[in-house]
Amino acid sequence: MKAEKNAVLTGAHFIDGDHAACEGAIAAGCKFVAGYPITPSTEVIERIALRFPLVGGVFIQMEDEIASSIAIQGAVWAGKKAMTVTSGPGFSLMMEHIGYAAITETPCVFINVQRSGPSTGLPTLPAQADMMQARWGSHGDYEVIAIVPNSPQECFDLTIRAFNLAEEYRVPVLVMMDECVGHMTEKVVIPEADQIDIVERKFTKKPPGEYKMFETNESMVPEMIKVGDGYRMHLTGLTHDERGYPAMSPKVQQKMLRRLVDKILLNEEKIRHIEEDEVEGADIVVISYGITSRVVLPAIKKAREDGLKVGHIRLLTVWPFPEAYIRDLAKRVSAFVVPELNLGQIVHEVERCAAGHAVTRLVPHAGGAVHEPVDIYDAIKGVLEHA
Amino acid sequence: MARTEVRIAGFGGQGVILSGYIFGKAASLFDDKYATLIQSFGPEARGSACSAQVIISDALIDYPYIRKPDINVVISQEAYTKYGNDLKTGGILITEENMVSVGNGALAQYEHYTVPATQIADQLGRRIVMNMVVVGCFTAVTGLLKKDAVRKAVEDSIPKGTEELNLKAFEAGYNHGLKLKTERIGIGQ
Repeated sequence: MKAEKNAVLTGAHFIDGDHAACEGAIAAGCKFVAGYPITPSTEVIERIALRFPLVGGVFIQMEDEIASSIAIQGAVWAGKKAMTVTSGPGFSLMMEHIGYAAITETPCVFINVQRSGPSTGLPTLPAQADMMQARWGSHGDYEVIAIVPNSPQECFDLTIRAFNLAEEYRVPVLVMMDECVGHMTEKVVIPEADQIDIVERKFTKKPPGEYKMFETNESMVPEMIKVGDGYRMHLTGLTHDERGYPAMSPKVQQKMLRRLVDKILLNEEKIRHIEEDEVEGADIVVISYGITSRVVLPAIKKAREDGLKVGHIRLLTVWPFPEAYIRDLAKRVSAFVVPELNLGQIVHEVERCAAGHAVTRLVPHAGGAVHEPVDIYDAIKGVLEHA
Repeated sequence: MARTEVRIAGFGGQGVILSGYIFGKAASLFDDKYATLIQSFGPEARGSACSAQVIISDALIDYPYIRKPDINVVISQEAYTKYGNDLKTGGILITEENMVSVGNGALAQYEHYTVPATQIADQLGRRIVMNMVVVGCFTAVTGLLKKDAVRKAVEDSIPKGTEELNLKAFEAGYNHGLKLKTERIGIGQ
């Protein structure tokens, strides 16, 4: 399936990451957005509000983020592709409904343009400190997909990917931008509509009598219906059986939960999206994501000029974490250096997967700005000396 | 061309961000270069300190923030106090003649140009196009971007129906800049 022609602003643009993410959503077929404006994500929905009337979409400014994050799920069950957009404090309010989307397997997209926290923090300044919240913020066990762009171009490209993954796995997909990427303006090339691949929702072909809402085959992802098509629909946040009805037993819980987790973790390699640079033969590998993956480049260049064998891995998809890949790589390198705009989040995953095979060193930053490349350079230079 | 760092600083409402946007757009859409624009401003809609950071380069830009600008465009006194001296030695400093007093300090370490942008804009009929005068002057004195590219970016970035006035302002600023540049080369000889 290709993108709708009238929804795609083909051409070269000079726009910021927020605007680009909006265009990505529209190109992906998003037709419903509910949101409550909050810096630094406001420009996404400002543009949605402007563009949606032209492409047949509906935007509602809700009373708050709790309402926004559940309104989009109503729209999904009415048959539309939907997302909400927020930042920091708003993301915290949405946690309950990320869990609801996970247990009801509602394909939807959350954009979080990360700013410094906790609480109100630094509203106009960047951070990457919601990365663990994205993974663990709702209660209970579940899996999500989280993707992390590092440029306005990727805000466009990866928001499309977010919608596609949401449909493929019936899971909430989180686009974890940061203020810097969101507010940075750069060239964005939007291709022709027929060059953009779109994953359409897999609606069941079974007749109403034979269809069960959560019955699956090997794909582990059930087929969908939408309201008004004559099917019996029962959707609940309670643990449910294949028909969607509450079933209060450990056995049903085990079966349901195992599948919710496995449909993502067993497909990790397929979902994996990383970029490697000179990783083969490297002694030290820098692992970065988002804006930090650009800030590390001058540091890596300088360290290489000093004769160090430095590789770079950029995570474009952070959740599910590429565990098998890092475990394998840890046996072939001496050290990982992990700069993040937080005081240590994804570094814990790296360290866990390194499992003592490679030294793992965090380069922390409390947020409000990006790293000074020299701090990353110093960490690269020092990581093996102080091992 | 290596990485060139440009800062435009003034207060909210002067068109600081739009000026930076036009340079970035000219470079990346009409001049075959790479550009990033980062803007910083306070929560107020108008009147607070405001600046745009533009990086222009022949290669993909890694670090999108300014370390030490090559070119500083300053259009308010407050911005001059804050950033007037934060510029590479030999860098280009452009100040608005009536808004910014550089004082008695020697500016010999910079290539300094002043532009009476407010006055020129007033003469053209509307003070609001002051920033386009500055953009024109910048284009002439820096030689960083092709004039055509910047002109196109101006046309492409302003509200429909205001092209004539904005382009007039751009040309007036460009001519002023060209005159200053020619005088400076004369001094050099």
